[in-house]
Amino acid sequence: MSFLNISHLEKSFGSLRVVKDFNLDVEQGEFISLLGPSGCGKTTVLRMVAGFETPTTGRILIDGQDVTGFKPNARKIGMMFQAYALFPNLTVADNVAFGLKVNGVPRAEREARVTEMLKLIGLPELGQRFPFQLSGGQQQRVALARALAPSPRVLLLDEPLSALDAKVRVSLRNEIREIQRDLGITTIFVTHDQEEAMSISDRIVVMNAGIADQVGSPFQIYNRPTTRFVANFVGTLNSFEVTVVNSTTLEMDGQMVTMAEPVTAEPGSRITMAMRPEALRLGRADGFETVLPAVVEEVHFLGSVIRVSARMAGTAIALDTFNRPDMPPPSPGQTIEIGLSGKHAFLLDR
Amino acid sequence: MTRLFAWLALLAGCIYFALPLIGMTEFSLKMRRGVYSLDAYRKVFEDPSFWATFGYSLTLAAATIVVGVLLVVPTAYWVRLKLPQARPYIEFVTLLPLVIPAIVVVFGYIRLYNTSSILPLTGSAIGTDFLLTMGYTTLALPYMYRSVDTGLRTIDVATLTEAAQSLGAGWVTILAKIILPNVMVAVLSGAFLTLAIVMGEFTMAALLNRPAFGPYMQLLGANRAYEPPALAVIAFAITWGCMGLIQLVTRLAKHERAKA
Ligand SMILES: Nc1ncnc2c1ncn2[C@@H]1O[C@H](COP(=O)(O)OP(=O)(O)OP(=O)(O)O)[C@@H](O)[C@H]1O
Ligand SMILES: [Mg+2]
Repeated sequence: MSFLNISHLEKSFGSLRVVKDFNLDVEQGEFISLLGPSGCGKTTVLRMVAGFETPTTGRILIDGQDVTGFKPNARKIGMMFQAYALFPNLTVADNVAFGLKVNGVPRAEREARVTEMLKLIGLPELGQRFPFQLSGGQQQRVALARALAPSPRVLLLDEPLSALDAKVRVSLRNEIREIQRDLGITTIFVTHDQEEAMSISDRIVVMNAGIADQVGSPFQIYNRPTTRFVANFVGTLNSFEVTVVNSTTLEMDGQMVTMAEPVTAEPGSRITMAMRPEALRLGRADGFETVLPAVVEEVHFLGSVIRVSARMAGTAIALDTFNRPDMPPPSPGQTIEIGLSGKHAFLLDR
Repeated sequence: MTRLFAWLALLAGCIYFALPLIGMTEFSLKMRRGVYSLDAYRKVFEDPSFWATFGYSLTLAAATIVVGVLLVVPTAYWVRLKLPQARPYIEFVTLLPLVIPAIVVVFGYIRLYNTSSILPLTGSAIGTDFLLTMGYTTLALPYMYRSVDTGLRTIDVATLTEAAQSLGAGWVTILAKIILPNVMVAVLSGAFLTLAIVMGEFTMAALLNRPAFGPYMQLLGANRAYEPPALAVIAFAITWGCMGLIQLVTRLAKHERAKA
């Protein structure tokens, strides 16, 4: 049985069903992200795990123990909030010690633990400062130390990085992940930033309107999205209306595309085939058996990657190619050839 | 031109407030014929009833502050946290003491708690002191509640509460260790206002027949010539001392913050 088990969780505010039949199994030490657009219920799920909201129906088990009816202060859960939420009247050290003190940890042990925690977050010198004397990034680290100090069973993070500036955000997310891995603590991380979720999660739960649309590793979510919503929400997507020819072949603007996996739809029916921008090639290349003409609309030079916006087979597409110093990108208005392969395509039915 | 008028208005205001004070102070210094002296003040300080009533009122003020804090801080906190929609009503209730005269409240008390009632609080000194403390708490409620509520606005009550809860804290710990320390400045300014109110209160103490400072001032005023203005100056000094302390506490707290 998994370490954290959420089954058939539902939450309604009045007549508004905010979370619908949410199921999730989290292994011990796993880092799970809840990813989804604003208002899809991520925070509500997290708050139910923390005990701040009571589920309308459903159960939450931690380490085999049913905590659904437990008060928040009895769940042994660490939580980090978007607003730093440090206690303004306490020093950094006292903030970190708060959970230990509440749980009756003796003074000597407490102090040792605080020192250890401050070292862990890389701020060993700042114990005597007050929260208002720290930068946002430092405050959020202290909040992490405070949440981890009492050795919680589960760590919950609700968009802890969204109030920080871009650079700090990236370095802190890596730090959080590193610390999480070191301690082996089971973690749920809420974010609406897909890059954030992709880069640090073991698995991602993509949520849409209160439902867990897909649960999987970043690789699966990105390359094998199971619903149209997930495919569109995560990353950039090119989608083409194609006609089914037979169980392996599709026809796209007069060209044949051979799929790697069998097509179940009836021959002659119209379906949607999707490809990521990096699955398209500029020009002809080995293994990209289908070639279609396209007109370049815009070119964005992003450094290591060049994004080309073009019009192909009647649809606007995006194509990503690596920068090569010996090969300047095409210019807007130019007609180019684009190579693609059915191996890199997936079908969207839902 | 407008500046001149502004200054004139200010001057007129100052004179309006200051002149009676100056006159009163001057008069209080004239007990000895022909020269200024502090005789009236010495007389006041030599009077044991002055100290007795002063001490009594001070004790009751302290009790009132304690009861007020215990009543108002959890209430204001709970309203902010769980019943934000009830705030206007609570605010209205706390303002009632400003429109209901103290004499009405105290007659109510006497009717409800007289010696032939089920709860004869007025039958004993301690019971009456308790009643008086409750009455004072009511009188101080508008100031205390406003002050604390404003203090709570400066912190993120909901998130701090949840942070503390997730760390295992219960309600008492949250209130005592997190909420109260963070609204301490507001509580203190409410406390000094309460002190100023209680020290000068006459109606309730007189009608409940307790030896408080207010009735003492009144008694002295009815029987002496020079001591009452001296007493008034002392009372005034206490009030302004309280105001000064509020300022000081607020300033110190700001200073603490600014030290960063
Ligand atoms: N206490 C509440 N009362 C009524 N409705 C609520 C309450 N809390 C949340 N909701 C509603 O539930 C829905 C989901 O909210 P939730 O905060 O879980 O979204 P979210 O996925 O965390 O969004 P965001 O990315 O903006 O934080 C929203 O429509 C919100 O308005
Ligand atoms: Mg949220």
